Amino acid sequence: MTASLTIAGLHFAYPDGREVLHGVDLTVGDGERVALLGPNGAGKTTLVLHLNGILHAGSGSGAGTVDVAGLTVDPGDRARLAEIRRRVGIVFQDPDDQLFMPTVAEDVAFGPANLGLRGAELRERVDEALAAVDMAAHRDQVPHHLSFGQRRRVAVATVLAMRPEILVLDEPSSNLDPASRRELAEILRTLPVTVLMVTHDLPYALELCPRAVILDGGRIAADGKTVDLLSDPELMRGHRLELPFGFDPAFAAAQLRST
Amino acid sequence: MGAGHAHPLHLDHDSRVHRLPAEVKIVATLLFTIVVVVTPREKFLAFAGYLVLLVGVLVLAKVPPLWLAKRATIELPFVLLAIALPFAGHGERTEWLGMSLSIDGLHGAWNILAKGTLGVLASLLLAATTTARDLLLGLDRLRCPQVFTQIATFMLRYLDILADDARRMRVARLSRGYDPRFLWQVKAFAVGVGALFIRSYERGERVYLAMVARGYNGRLPRPEGPGATTFDWARSAALPLAAAAIALVAVLA
Repeated sequence: MTASLTIAGLHFAYPDGREVLHGVDLTVGDGERVALLGPNGAGKTTLVLHLNGILHAGSGSGAGTVDVAGLTVDPGDRARLAEIRRRVGIVFQDPDDQLFMPTVAEDVAFGPANLGLRGAELRERVDEALAAVDMAAHRDQVPHHLSFGQRRRVAVATVLAMRPEILVLDEPSSNLDPASRRELAEILRTLPVTVLMVTHDLPYALELCPRAVILDGGRIAADGKTVDLLSDPELMRGHRLELPFGFDPAFAAAQLRST
Repeated sequence: MGAGHAHPLHLDHDSRVHRLPAEVKIVATLLFTIVVVVTPREKFLAFAGYLVLLVGVLVLAKVPPLWLAKRATIELPFVLLAIALPFAGHGERTEWLGMSLSIDGLHGAWNILAKGTLGVLASLLLAATTTARDLLLGLDRLRCPQVFTQIATFMLRYLDILADDARRMRVARLSRGYDPRFLWQVKAFAVGVGALFIRSYERGERVYLAMVARGYNGRLPRPEGPGATTFDWARSAALPLAAAAIALVAVLA
């Protein structure tokens, strides 16, 4: 299996001196779905912003490398950075931050248009991405008039339209009602891309990601099967992770296998 | 395109004027207004002619006259000034209903009232037949600097979100017993406005990050779609050309 993402020895401190990452090593294989777990302030968002070079050693102080499907993130090389930003699709937590164009279709077209696509090819990308998240019927609507779950799905489409190698989701289930949460899971499961999912929603991680890593104190503290990590009470307590009341990961995993 | 970008001045239905591309309507409105403004104020018949032209557009656009008249009241505060002119003006005076009025002032008032009303009606007809989104597209096609259209595009998208934020903050204030009656109670409101500003500023940063993550490099992609055809330009040129003809006849006659 080739690696979609390889992070080696990643250190980072913000210009104000706050050290966030202390040597992160992580490899995500092609087509894998991995959950990135960890308490608030563990450095999850900082790590995510490194994946497409928005943060890099030069924006604070740091060391280490990030490879996306064989390309090393190098902030000095603009052409390569553009290619890396195509390959890494980040879906941010608040869809209103991500959807800034006046209509859904225009917003989905924003990324591919930046890649230089025009005309029929661009329209095809937009249609394909909107169909993948089941939002084709809303293409000319104003993002503000959509429900929160629909907006989150459109946010996923804006990134899919760039045909990414790896999809990075920041808290995909936050603020969703249970039905929207399930609909998003069904969509995510069918997408043929590598997924890295940052989340506090542990049942969601178990449902979607066979593998999970725990980021704490700027390091990868644990890496293994999601069900194994969640079933280890000591490990969980040690990293301020808690399951919802009454949730049994082993039982849920068995149920997942049977469906 | 632009479904749902209705604004209170937009009349959402279909007509020949609605279907015209926004850029030709903008240019036609602008030229028409210029002709109206340069017409000498004592050519009363010319102004009547302009009004007839606008009524023609109104019929073509299927805009109810009463609907338009209601929105034209936006002009009133500006016209109030004009009413003062005949009383305050200098020069030759005339008696009317026992009031002494300045002839020069009467002309001045008529000038403001007629040109103002015609300009407002023309703009309202443009607004009634064009969504905000299409107006921006039109300006973009007219090569209006992208800085302006970009700012306006973002405003269009985020104004509603800002209003929602403000509404939620107000409800939260009221829920905690805030009941502003006196001027010194304005502090909570002022602090709220400050908080709203900080929030918008932070959102701006997050939006920018999200844009950069999708390959933004300083230019928004130009919206695609068919521009105006020569036929569209020709059709919309009818209004300013007719106005110009009226003006010429009035001045030469």
